Amino acid sequence: MKDLGFILLSWSVTLGSMALLALATLRRAKSLAARVSDDQKPWL
Amino acid sequence: MRNVFAVARKDLVVEWRARLLLVRVLPFALLVLVLFAVALDSEALLERAAAGLVWLAAMFAALLVVQRCYDIETADGALDMLLTSVVEPSRVFFGKLLAVVGQLLVLVVVLVGGAVVLYGVRVDAAGLVLLVTTVVTAVIGLASVGTLYGAVVAQLTGRDSLLPLLAMPVLAPLLIGASRATEAAFGSQTIDLATGWAWTALLAVFAVVFTAAGAASFATLTEPDA
Amino acid sequence: MSDTTPTPHGAALLGAGTARRSLGTATPATRIIGLLTLATMTWVVVSAFFITSPDVVQGDSVRIMYAHVPAAWVAYLAFVTTAIASGISVVRRHRTLGFDRVAGASAEVGVLFMGLALVTGSLWGRLTWGTFWQWDPRLTTTLFLFITYVGYLAVRRIDATPERRAKRSAVLALLAVLEIPLVHFSVVLWRSLHQEASVLNPDGDVRLDGLMLFTLFSGVVAFTLGFVWLVIHRQRLQALVDLQGTVGLDSAIAARATEAVLR
Repeated sequence: MKDLGFILLSWSVTLGSMALLALATLRRAKSLAARVSDDQKPWL
Repeated sequence: MRNVFAVARKDLVVEWRARLLLVRVLPFALLVLVLFAVALDSEALLERAAAGLVWLAAMFAALLVVQRCYDIETADGALDMLLTSVVEPSRVFFGKLLAVVGQLLVLVVVLVGGAVVLYGVRVDAAGLVLLVTTVVTAVIGLASVGTLYGAVVAQLTGRDSLLPLLAMPVLAPLLIGASRATEAAFGSQTIDLATGWAWTALLAVFAVVFTAAGAASFATLTEPDA
Repeated sequence: MSDTTPTPHGAALLGAGTARRSLGTATPATRIIGLLTLATMTWVVVSAFFITSPDVVQGDSVRIMYAHVPAAWVAYLAFVTTAIASGISVVRRHRTLGFDRVAGASAEVGVLFMGLALVTGSLWGRLTWGTFWQWDPRLTTTLFLFITYVGYLAVRRIDATPERRAKRSAVLALLAVLEIPLVHFSVVLWRSLHQEASVLNPDGDVRLDGLMLFTLFSGVVAFTLGFVWLVIHRQRLQALVDLQGTVGLDSAIAARATEAVLR
């Protein structure tokens, strides 16, 4: 495929950053949620 | 209305006593003009770019003026006292705006003078009318954005670096309009006077929008946090 | 006599006894959204790379479009979401912190997608036009939107009470609604001075056939689902962070109280 370098770069940055944000959010949420009981969480 | 003038007078008196505009801000602004000359190293380029450089320098210096405008209040809770007194928040905003407009007018006039002297700019009679109109409308717009965003960052830690980051993107349309209109007033080949006047219309809209926004938001920004 | 049983207050904090403990910020709804996001995203990637054919004019570089256009769409969606949530949080008098958290979460996610739109657009432009950047209104406005939101997030990171953070950032978000059209309009006027040909967009001259359109549409759906998932989780995360502020204080008070009893 022509121009594969830039195409791969675009997609990997896109998917990679979304995945990173998702994982970082979940990890931090898990550690913080462990210190708080369920009845205090506004969405439960 | 009296309250507006009272607030403006108070700010201007405080400024006059400290003379910071005179002693620090104006020299800084002129220094920026000099540094541009050093950085660009081409008199032809300088003369062509003069309009944009004047307004760039004005923007940087204006942020200093605005920071000062709020720092004098936060020192001893003066702003809170002002607002818990009978004065309506929007009137406090207009008062502060007026004081900032006064200081920025002085600043810009000095900068234009600097451009005439340092960059070899010339203005004819027709250009002068456009120039004056541009300066007045642009200064009001600059002052309103500064006063408004100054209130947004007032009392926050790190506000000195926050204010430029917040205000400069908002000022981009003003910078574009003021630079193009001033370029026309300075007698540019590429922009005629009519186009210059069209840009001042944009500047007027900008000034109205942000003055109104400032008056409307001032109450929310300065009310005591529940 | 040593007393190691927690006070009732402490017990509630520790979630001991009958309180159920779930993992992090997930709920059945977000699991469904997450799975849908992964599914649609997989389809989009497969279609973008392997099923759709290269464009007549641009060749393979059009495959970047399937990432760029959805990213730009989500960026503007995030902008609108933050603006509306901020508007509500300013107008309502109570329960505004929830809306403030949505505004903040949407901005965080939005900044990511604005950055992605700029990066992918720049790479795409390099392939199609040979330059990484054009000063055209659309790109320039997106850049200003990005910078504005970076500033918004900087204000949210200030060490202040949630109420003050909410108020200041809400005003900023609403001012951005005024600012962005002004920026766009003035850049349009500005660039028209240079008598440029019609606005140069890579996606201006792509001829979209049925499958390409469908892939593009799927991309928009996939990215939007991703946006929703991320905003829900980040909003809940912010709630947890704010809770830590108060819980930390409460547990410190409880600990001191227990200390006093033990003495």
